[in-house]
Amino acid sequence: MGKIFQKPEALADVDTHYCPGCTHGIIHRLVAEVIDELDVRGRTVGIAPVGCAVLAYNYFTFDFQEAAHGRAPAMATGIKRVRPDLMVFTYQGDGDLASIGMSEIVHAANRGEKFTTIFVNNAVYGMTGGQMAPTTMPDQITTTSPAGRDTDEVGMPIKVSELLAALQTPAYIARQTVIRAKYIRKAKQAIKKAFTYQLEGKCFSLVEIVSTCPTNWGMTPIDSIKWAEDTLLPYYQLGEYKTPNGAG
Amino acid sequence: MAKVLMKGNEAIGEAAIKAGCLNYFAYPITPQSEVAEYLAKRLPEVGGVFLQGESEVAVSYMLYGAAGCGERVFTTSSSPGVSLMSEGISYMAGAQCPVVLVNIMRGGPGLGGILPSQADYLQATKSIGHGDFRMLVFAPASVQEAVEMTMVAFPLAEKYRNPVMILGDGLIGQMMEPVEFPDDLRSEPTNKNDWATTGMDKRGSDRPNLVKSLFLDPEKLNEHNLMLKAKYERMQQDEVRFEPYNLDSEYKVLIVSYGTMSRVCRTAIDNLKADGLEVGMVRPQTVFPFPENAVYEATAKSGCNAVISIEMSMGQMLEDVQRSVKGRKEVHWYGKCGGEVPTPEEVMDVVRSLAD
Amino acid sequence: MTHEHLVNRDKCKGCGVCVEACPKNVLALSEDVNAKGYFPAKQARPDDCVFCAICATMCPDVAITIREIADQAPTENKGGK
Repeated sequence: MGKIFQKPEALADVDTHYCPGCTHGIIHRLVAEVIDELDVRGRTVGIAPVGCAVLAYNYFTFDFQEAAHGRAPAMATGIKRVRPDLMVFTYQGDGDLASIGMSEIVHAANRGEKFTTIFVNNAVYGMTGGQMAPTTMPDQITTTSPAGRDTDEVGMPIKVSELLAALQTPAYIARQTVIRAKYIRKAKQAIKKAFTYQLEGKCFSLVEIVSTCPTNWGMTPIDSIKWAEDTLLPYYQLGEYKTPNGAG
Repeated sequence: MAKVLMKGNEAIGEAAIKAGCLNYFAYPITPQSEVAEYLAKRLPEVGGVFLQGESEVAVSYMLYGAAGCGERVFTTSSSPGVSLMSEGISYMAGAQCPVVLVNIMRGGPGLGGILPSQADYLQATKSIGHGDFRMLVFAPASVQEAVEMTMVAFPLAEKYRNPVMILGDGLIGQMMEPVEFPDDLRSEPTNKNDWATTGMDKRGSDRPNLVKSLFLDPEKLNEHNLMLKAKYERMQQDEVRFEPYNLDSEYKVLIVSYGTMSRVCRTAIDNLKADGLEVGMVRPQTVFPFPENAVYEATAKSGCNAVISIEMSMGQMLEDVQRSVKGRKEVHWYGKCGGEVPTPEEVMDVVRSLAD
Repeated sequence: MTHEHLVNRDKCKGCGVCVEACPKNVLALSEDVNAKGYFPAKQARPDDCVFCAICATMCPDVAITIREIADQAPTENKGGK
């Protein structure tokens, strides 16, 4: 960790609407740092999802488009196909990507679209008010699983990185987290790798980031970090699931 | 340029290329799949982008993304596919993305059938998706007209920053006619750097462009809706197109008909004229904006007893005709659906019954 | 060269993640609210700060900045030396 710490240029100097302790802010900053380090701000287009990060377009200092729920990978496909010189990334949550947008992400990944997806997995719908997501843990209480997720009724949580890594085409699939400083360096490395592969013209890259949602989990930010570490990380194991040279 | 004999669907694909659009995203559906098949071969020859999406839903967002970064882009589909795109079309309208959409209509509702129909009139002209928006909608009656409308659709989509639809039917798509591609209809996008995500370096700006349809502040959304409304009113002012037919005569009945159906009506009108009965027709070439003044003025003729909307749907355009006639004359309807096209004889019988 | 550690009181949402993360126990939450109505983080024991930047790394709101300064007398909001 360096001794100097400042807001990256690619991050707008504004307050976000995110709840206290929400890890979106950290992930935004890491993306912005990588964009600064690769010096691609002037040719980057981000795609905001529907969900808590829908207003992400206000928090970066480069071009942005805003998608419908789950459709960001299709939009990124459209942009990247007609303007391959642009750096394109989607920023999606787990309701957006793993539920309503599962078709779009699977097909974009499988076609090997040359964009990057930042997939924020906090095991719950945020913006709509804490409903059950495809990534919600067994027995996890949400507003639409008040007795806890019943896996007999709705199945087990989807492991998106493992699922997408089963496809032959994608270049890079990794899962990291930002819940503690010791993980953040690896998360940033993964984001930087994903963007670098895109810059090199390699096909689809995705970084899943295990995150917290103190508000909808009904916990303090500190307790959320502990819960994520104890409950999410054993199930959503960190690591590289696919690299351009073979499995991670 | 010499005329070539082409199938409607293929001619539409070539027209887009000739207009200067080299980006096409689509999903196969009868009766328009020939456009995709044609362009799968043709676009690579001219350095264009062809991509078969995983669904019409995805295709509509590929269009949104591509148009949102300022590039010309279009798709073709047919009724059930267009319904699937309707979500994305709403976003395109909200985010003001210029996209050209071709609907080669088939029968419905649901899967309906694969034969020609005009069953999507209300969907196209009133509300193709959620929210409060309109599209410029062209209704070609020949392959040549489909070509020319496709070619002018691109600069108009860019002028209004709005989706534009070519509303054809299965016959327009499937029939072969001699066509030419007028060189003077070729154009280039002009204003994209003002708004599209072209990349700040590319446009030499340090100000990000934002393509979005979200306005959480009610006052701002109201302003946005008012701005869109003003845009649709400008379309109504400036973009109405129609063809008058036999309106110089002392017609007893006025037909309003568009697309393939209007060709049958034209034959019926010619036959009735030979029999001594004059019938006039207003043929909308744009169905939004609808040529309401033209229809209203055409009902002023003193000998005109009745107005009839003849369409391959169960009385959809009828609502626009009634609105335009403003109660001045009785308004009737005749039509068939499901791929059945009324014959000239059927049209002649109906019109004769209204003439007295 | 020395460094200074700044907490932007009004950007801070008082989540306390930095307080928990700081290995030197430098930070604490204030007892008075900021403009947003949160109890922001403050340097309770600034002399213990080693400028490791872990707090800034963990801050979801980029409310913590660490920068190099020329040697001079400590100013308000400045931690350590």
